Amino acid sequence: MTALAERSPATRHRPPLFKRIAGSEHFAGWAFVMPAVVLIAVFMLIPIGWSLLLSLQANNLLAPGHYVGLANYKALAKDAQFKSAIGHTFVYTVIFVPVSITGALALAVALNRKIRGIRFYRLAVFIPLVTSTVATGILFLWLLDPTFGLVNYLLHEVGLPQQQFLQDPNQALYCIVAMTVWSWLGFDVIIYLAALQGIPEDLLEASQMDGASRWSTFRSVVLPLLGPATLFLVVWSTINALQLFDEIYVTTRGGPLGSTTVIVYYLYQQAFQFFNAGYGAAIAYVLFVAVLIVTLIQLWIGRRRVYYTS
Amino acid sequence: MTATAERLITLDAPPAKPRRRLPFSPWHLVLAPIALIMLIPLIWMLILSLETSPESQSFPLVVLPSGLHFHNYVQTWNAEPFGDWFLNSALYSLATVAGNLVFCSLAAYAFARLKFFGRDVLFVVLLATLMVPYQVLLIPTFLIVKHLGMVDSVGGLIVPNLCSAFGIFMLRQFFRTLPIELEEAARIDGTSRLGILVKIVLPLSLPALATLAIIQFMWSWNDFLWPLIIIDTASHAPLQLGLSTLQGAHRSHVNLVMAGTVMSQIPMIALFLIAQRWFIRSIAFTGIK
Repeated sequence: MTALAERSPATRHRPPLFKRIAGSEHFAGWAFVMPAVVLIAVFMLIPIGWSLLLSLQANNLLAPGHYVGLANYKALAKDAQFKSAIGHTFVYTVIFVPVSITGALALAVALNRKIRGIRFYRLAVFIPLVTSTVATGILFLWLLDPTFGLVNYLLHEVGLPQQQFLQDPNQALYCIVAMTVWSWLGFDVIIYLAALQGIPEDLLEASQMDGASRWSTFRSVVLPLLGPATLFLVVWSTINALQLFDEIYVTTRGGPLGSTTVIVYYLYQQAFQFFNAGYGAAIAYVLFVAVLIVTLIQLWIGRRRVYYTS
Repeated sequence: MTATAERLITLDAPPAKPRRRLPFSPWHLVLAPIALIMLIPLIWMLILSLETSPESQSFPLVVLPSGLHFHNYVQTWNAEPFGDWFLNSALYSLATVAGNLVFCSLAAYAFARLKFFGRDVLFVVLLATLMVPYQVLLIPTFLIVKHLGMVDSVGGLIVPNLCSAFGIFMLRQFFRTLPIELEEAARIDGTSRLGILVKIVLPLSLPALATLAIIQFMWSWNDFLWPLIIIDTASHAPLQLGLSTLQGAHRSHVNLVMAGTVMSQIPMIALFLIAQRWFIRSIAFTGIK
């Protein structure tokens, strides 16, 4: 009783300072985000800045580097190998993205029906997706082996000439396209299947009632409704295609004759095999800017052409 | 008038010949070959893994092995530190899944429900990092992990991947769809904010948490580039890195390489078959957002 009486009304309503701070939403908010902020600062924000500094240095990963200004970028602009790496990445992306997306669209339409065995068919398309990139590389290395490969064996059986596949500089990159389409197709199909199943049944019925053929229903009703999914897949597949690495490392290591050396493989070689960390960081930043520009262009085109229902 | 005319025309038209119908949907003719093409690489892997060494490297190819040579699996398992690789991969995947679930939930809850100083700036920075390709981080992250003395260790694999901006963003979006009334009621009852997150928000968010767990698990289990850069010792490697060395070590024994490849893929494929619905939902979720 006496203790209560001694306290002034103000302090009775206001708990002690540290309690007020500890109980405040500012404190709670920061306490909740702190572990994530520390982890993301140390392993994302600092590396992003550090990478930029590294790209301005001559650095061999061991001794401290020294600043060389824009020398790395200037050297990159003149580097014939880097230019051909950009060329290979470009060719790969320009084939991989449309092939995998149109293939997946056709496949998703075929898989979007209730017939017996559909679960099995879907499973067959999805399983390569959970096969690791390394395993995929090993599998295709042997499937496409010029001497003991299954594909050449089948070509031989039907009387077609034998191919060198991954060992032929003119074919290797296309083999990589085929291999990565095989392993990524399931992802695109899942996205398209989900989008197809989101299309209201009555829209399709209405279109058929109006006398539209199946094809024109698909073209003028289904395809526009798949716009957001297509835009997502174009952006996503392009980003992944520009960052191709694992499959190249496991199968060709950039060969034969450098014909499959893509940007990230070249980066890996420069930074971790020749220890030109500064040069590698400059490559990474060029890649970053390229990804950013390509993505923004795609989203800009997409915003004007894709119709969002909700 | 026109309706009757149309009807007359259709009446006059010769009766449509009964189309010869297949006893099954014609779509099977499209889907069965595609399914076969998708499965052939995996079936071929299984066949090679069960052949003897000469059978696996002969021309013309031996399509049916002389017997099921399961001994290949034992031989590969004993020739390489497969047990270590499995253990390292399991540690890497489970630790990063756990880390992401805990740290992303905490941060996502704060971003979704709490007003704190600097929240919006922080969130924009977080979103911006989503645009940065992994390769930009590679060299400095390697140097940081080197400074922390964790190069060539499973810890070095795990620590940089304990929390992801993607996970925070995804969970925050999900938390914001939950009805806030429950949380307010609990707050009035004197439950702490952590209590609300653990007892109310997380149990309602199991689908989103499962999605994050599956995506992170697939990513860590199949990750190759980061282990390639920081791991030197064979017994410290996770499965995919170990697998890539198999190729060089057993160049002349395809059957053994394939046996190793099969073993390395079994856990993920089995998990996929068991939880297929969840995998597909998670993947579809990344696309829809």
